[in-house]
Amino acid sequence: MWPRLVQRQIPSRAMVYLSPVLALFLSLLAGVVLFIIMGVSPLAALHAFFIEPLSTSYGIAELGVKATPLILIGVALSLGFKAGVWNIGAEGQLIMGGLCGGAVALYFYGHDGFHIIPLMFLAGISGGCAWAAIVAFLRVRFNANEILTSLMLSYVAGLFLNLMVHGPLKDPDGFNFPESRQFSDSALLPILFEGTRVHIGAIIALLAVGLGWIILSRTLLGYQIKVAGSAPAACEHAGFSSSKIIWTTLLLGGGMAGLAGTIEVSGPIGQLLPNISPGYGFTAIIVAYVGRLHPLGVLFAGLLLALTYLGGETAQILLNLPVAVTGVFQGLLLFFLLACDVLINYRIQFGQPALAVEKN
Amino acid sequence: MKDESPYLIELQGMTKTFPGVLANDAVDLKIKPGEVHALLGENGAGKSTLVKMIYGILKPDSGTILYNGKHVEIDTPAHARDLGIAMVFQHFSLFDSLSVVENISLGLNKAVDLKKLAEEITEVSERYGLPLDPYRHVYTLSVGERQRIEIIRCLLLEPKLLVMDEPTSVLTPQEVKKLFLTLNRLAEEGLAILYISHKLDEIKELCHHATILRLGKRVGTVNIDEESTSSLAMMMMGEELEKIERQQTISAGEVRLKVDNLTLPAMDSTGISLNNIDLEVRAGEVVGIAGVAGNGQDELLKALNGEESCPKNSCIIIENQHAGKLRPNARRRAGLASVPEKRLGHGAIPDMDLVDNAFMTGFQRMGLLAKGLINYPKTRTFARKVISDFAVKTSGARGVPAKSLSGGNLQKFIIGRELTQQPEILIVSQPTWGVDAGATQTIRQSLRELAAQGAAVLVISQDLDELMEMSDRIGAICGGRLSLFYPTPEMTVEKVGLLMAGVSLEEGELNVA
Repeated sequence: MWPRLVQRQIPSRAMVYLSPVLALFLSLLAGVVLFIIMGVSPLAALHAFFIEPLSTSYGIAELGVKATPLILIGVALSLGFKAGVWNIGAEGQLIMGGLCGGAVALYFYGHDGFHIIPLMFLAGISGGCAWAAIVAFLRVRFNANEILTSLMLSYVAGLFLNLMVHGPLKDPDGFNFPESRQFSDSALLPILFEGTRVHIGAIIALLAVGLGWIILSRTLLGYQIKVAGSAPAACEHAGFSSSKIIWTTLLLGGGMAGLAGTIEVSGPIGQLLPNISPGYGFTAIIVAYVGRLHPLGVLFAGLLLALTYLGGETAQILLNLPVAVTGVFQGLLLFFLLACDVLINYRIQFGQPALAVEKN
Repeated sequence: MKDESPYLIELQGMTKTFPGVLANDAVDLKIKPGEVHALLGENGAGKSTLVKMIYGILKPDSGTILYNGKHVEIDTPAHARDLGIAMVFQHFSLFDSLSVVENISLGLNKAVDLKKLAEEITEVSERYGLPLDPYRHVYTLSVGERQRIEIIRCLLLEPKLLVMDEPTSVLTPQEVKKLFLTLNRLAEEGLAILYISHKLDEIKELCHHATILRLGKRVGTVNIDEESTSSLAMMMMGEELEKIERQQTISAGEVRLKVDNLTLPAMDSTGISLNNIDLEVRAGEVVGIAGVAGNGQDELLKALNGEESCPKNSCIIIENQHAGKLRPNARRRAGLASVPEKRLGHGAIPDMDLVDNAFMTGFQRMGLLAKGLINYPKTRTFARKVISDFAVKTSGARGVPAKSLSGGNLQKFIIGRELTQQPEILIVSQPTWGVDAGATQTIRQSLRELAAQGAAVLVISQDLDELMEMSDRIGAICGGRLSLFYPTPEMTVEKVGLLMAGVSLEEGELNVA
């Protein structure tokens, strides 16, 4: 007799928190199998992947650098996902934000002043918002599915950034490479600890976690978000406008992703490149779900997923593993998480069912 | 055992109990070949239970089934199909991404030649006026066309008895007409049809006989031609209504809620359009709106509480203030509160706790919001007050999700939440639907008290007893149109039945005379 899934009387609260842990364990297990198939010692690979990157203070600092955009976007996306607004195009919003912020940096090339970075942030947030606003408009006006529109706009944004760095924003002294100038010092984010790349963006990410938490647990907006996702008809009855919630959550997600994009180009990268993100916008979706759509959970999940980026690089250097291992790990984690989430509402039962259905 | 029985199927003394409920109590039912027989009753009268026993989904506790005069025990749906009993369910089981012929072949439980099956489908569909292209994909079809698939799927089995469970609840009026033509033709060919519904006008139009169930018991079996819609309504809802003592408000005050010629097109294909609604509710009175489910009650409630915006601002007047375009919270501030029919998911958020649910509609009038932040201590006090004032049985307010409450307790909580805010106007839909007797009394009493304090109360209900007991004036909604309103003491169940069937009392009296 195969084990069966039986619906639980009440959803298990324990499984809500255990599911990510279980999913991580299963992903590691699947990783071991994967490494054996690839002919690499699983122990060495796991060590390279998860221990090696954290063995130096520089490595830990790098973790903060990678986690910053993931947490920024993850917090905003979890608010949207809680409301049932599926913005999966944060990658595109990040790119547009990076492009707009970078354009401001290039405009002030060679200038000094403390106004430059705030202006870049403003431009980045606006760029991300504008890109998300297209999605919101299409959804509210034409009921176009935001999953499709936001995803498709991501590719448009990527190509647009390419166009810009191949054209107007190309470094005039750059030997025709598709790259912008290196930003001036006044357009680069201050470093927090000497000798590392950790910048003030990390503090902004922590603030975002706190702010997200307050919004969700204490404000009317957070309440509306929860009701909209949990019971749409009740949301209407309470008098909350669903279009307003769609607009707010999408603009919030777009703005944060745009900010993350600006932080990336003015932090670790320091110029505009054809590629400014290794898929942070997409990985942030996994971050939001592993973090249980809660800002504090997003903080930990952001660190975990940042580790997969670092581990992928280390494994590439030490063991000659392809860079795709990072993506495979992230995909496995989401896959197992979604599978384990079934256990929140169902439990596994072995043997015969206790009662026949509707027959006595 | 007599083979010459005129009846195709005879049910005798069918009884079925569920924990705590006697769903069917010794119900008899007989259907002849070629007869369209209605099974009529309110929600929860036991119609579905009886049908499930005929189709082998439920096993009766006692009772016998004679089929063609022979004693049978139908223990599975497959057995029922073998006997020639087919059923069209209210909810379809179709695969959207497959074509019509593929869907039908899947239901046949054996490998078939799709091309031959497609020809058969075309033939059956032409013969019975059920136009359907066998190669269309289901996702491209309307609800009415999808239902045709289910009907054709049944007809291909060449049944003797076709059971249809509320088939028109998902159809537009035009689709209903087409369906009736088909059913009439099928009956002429000798097929017996058991038609389950609570829509009186449909039954009057289509059926030959009707068996009426009320609270699990068979009230009677009648010849439809000898009955009027109002007499059917009376049997369906019960007659022992006249004795109830009414607490009459002596004089009603000024008009608090006025609806002026409100017309609102349906939002989707299964919705009801509201037509020329005129209504006045005065301070201190309870006005009742009767009606069979699905005649626009939900749409009316949403138009009144602001969930649906009205085309003109002057359509709805709250306390002499034009409110047709106001959003729900602006109407709440103006003094209008409402309780929708569906509790979980509409009136309350199932997964959130009672504190959050108290906040849901109470934050405006109770001042639970300070500078965009939720004042949780104050919200908790409000929730606890509702729970204690209205004797809601729960282990607490915090951390107790709304869905863990029983129907009656949740309704007491929701009504308590609105009453504690002391609204000037309260609109309640189905206040005591599925609520136990004790809670029912509490709820009715508190609504009457609210009116006595000078509020205007509008009760939309399918429960005629309730309306006759509670309301000062009574009217009915039918097909999205509201009847005139009459003082309750002048009304009888029969008269309300006429209003529910969309007949004005003046016409009704002419017919009698």
